[in-house]
Amino acid sequence: MSLLQINNLNVRFGDAHAVPVVDGLDLAVDAGEILAIVGESGSGKSVTMMALMGLIDAPGRITADALTFDGTDMLKLSGRQRRKVVGKDIAMVFQDPMTALNPSYTVGYQIEEVLRQHLGLKGKAARQRALELLKKVEIPAAESRLDAYPHQLSGGMSQRVAIAMAIAGEPKLLIADEPTTALDVTIQAQIMELLVNLQKERNMALILITHDLAVVAETAKRVCVMYAGQAVEVGQVPELFDVPAHPYSEALLAAIPEHSIGAERLATLPGIVPGRYDRPDGCLLSPRCPYVQDNCRRQRPPLDPQAHSLVRCFYPLNQEVA
Amino acid sequence: MTSPIPKPVTPASPVDQSLLYPSPYKEFWHAFAQNKGAVMGLAFMCLVVFCALFAPWVAPHNPSEQYRDFLLTPPVWLEGGTWQFILGTDELGRDLLSRLIQGARLSLLIGLSSVVMSLIPGILLGLLAGFFPNFIGPSIMRLMDVMLALPSLLLAVAIVAILGPGLINTVIAIAIVSLPSYVRLTRAAVMGELNRDYVTAARLAGAGLPRLMFVTVLPNCMAPLIVQATLSFSSAILDAAALGFLGLGVQPPTPEWGTMLASARDYIERAWWVVSLPGLTILLSVLAINLMGDGLRDALDPKLKNAA
Repeated sequence: MSLLQINNLNVRFGDAHAVPVVDGLDLAVDAGEILAIVGESGSGKSVTMMALMGLIDAPGRITADALTFDGTDMLKLSGRQRRKVVGKDIAMVFQDPMTALNPSYTVGYQIEEVLRQHLGLKGKAARQRALELLKKVEIPAAESRLDAYPHQLSGGMSQRVAIAMAIAGEPKLLIADEPTTALDVTIQAQIMELLVNLQKERNMALILITHDLAVVAETAKRVCVMYAGQAVEVGQVPELFDVPAHPYSEALLAAIPEHSIGAERLATLPGIVPGRYDRPDGCLLSPRCPYVQDNCRRQRPPLDPQAHSLVRCFYPLNQEVA
Repeated sequence: MTSPIPKPVTPASPVDQSLLYPSPYKEFWHAFAQNKGAVMGLAFMCLVVFCALFAPWVAPHNPSEQYRDFLLTPPVWLEGGTWQFILGTDELGRDLLSRLIQGARLSLLIGLSSVVMSLIPGILLGLLAGFFPNFIGPSIMRLMDVMLALPSLLLAVAIVAILGPGLINTVIAIAIVSLPSYVRLTRAAVMGELNRDYVTAARLAGAGLPRLMFVTVLPNCMAPLIVQATLSFSSAILDAAALGFLGLGVQPPTPEWGTMLASARDYIERAWWVVSLPGLTILLSVLAINLMGDGLRDALDPKLKNAA
């Protein structure tokens, strides 16, 4: 039994006929696993996580055949019950550390607040634990930082504090939504290392949302490639990078600048993600796909197991390798 | 052996000191002190507040006592002035300085209570409007738009006319008139903050609606509200003076700056000080508060620093 099981998740904004932002997504995460979700902007990565945590407000609508976390059906929970699970067992690290901390309170207060709420720690015990957490995320001079306000910290430092807050409730699942996008390169590596170390140490599951494929290659065990709200390929890490089966995965990998060294222009996939009014009838990638065939434009392919991975394509690539 | 003169205490090591963060109050005071006008405004307001708090001891005479032998005595520096009445007397022989000092009490009271009475409902309505953008929010905002469409003094006069003149009704009228600006300001600030990740993070950590409203979001919206509160403090004093001048505010013989202006306007040609001095007091207090408000704004909101 997986820690997190998502079957046929749909998220729409508007009525039942609105174009889905997340379209029939299936996802399973085991305890202690690192799953990466990659895809370009607007492919539904973040919305999926918001839906999981029940943070989609009206007019957003969530439907799913199953959305279970640790044996609990997240769709059936009342607001109060959900608040007990989310935040303690599921925690999240956000993209921009500068807005992820409340500017009005000190770092220590914000961490202690989580401890008070979810672990019932108070006073000295909470402060002691907050200090331990700050040391855990490798913040130098942790004692003095407890009384610092967020604006007195650098971006990397703030992100460490945000991670400390996220792991304060000892979560079973940590969702990191582009945790390194807003940081500079040297800090990115440190933060990723920290996240992976914490994940190993606590054996928590980690969902890593990113567009940085290099990060994925180094850290994740499985990858889910999303395009326009659908999972187009789900596979193990080295295989998906070595022999991508979906044309979109291939294009994503080709778009890494290092692959275009010596070329005049960077490799790109022409066009943009289909929006609300230009959603094709057939495969969602068909207007942009270099391998498009006639039936691609008429029918939507299902997500089927192929040689190395689950692929949503009629003509998967790289199938000849045994 | 201990030396008889204790050495000045030095920080244990300079490294420790540099790692300590300045407290937010210290940081605020540092930014506020940069603005000389604001500090002067603060000093003047401290003087006014001191006079108001200790009026019975500071004032040389009883403000209602009529010295029948000294009607319309000029201030001490003019011909005919006496040291007994430093700023002169009014048409009934009452000491102007004492009345001004006593009046400060009332003006500050009106300013403070009307600000509190409009700030609290204003914040509540603004939070509601910001958190419920579907139905409650627009309803509140349209109501506020209607109130803003009426000229504020006219509205205040109408409210006082309905409730009847008097101190408390003046305060209520001024509070109602300045309500819309608080609501709009709070709502705008709330809407800006709601999109930030820390609000999502707080929801994620299990914060309920009241906690989100008052603990997570509200403290981050306070900077513009504090500034608005100071500025509307001064306009409350002005409005109270205007209502007093129209005879709808505080009733004589209670000394109030606006009422003093009104009752003295017949003597403006013979005894200018009876009119000018209360007017000057109102001017200076309002100026001081506005300067202070500007300084607060600069200190609390670095984005607006040095803006016009």
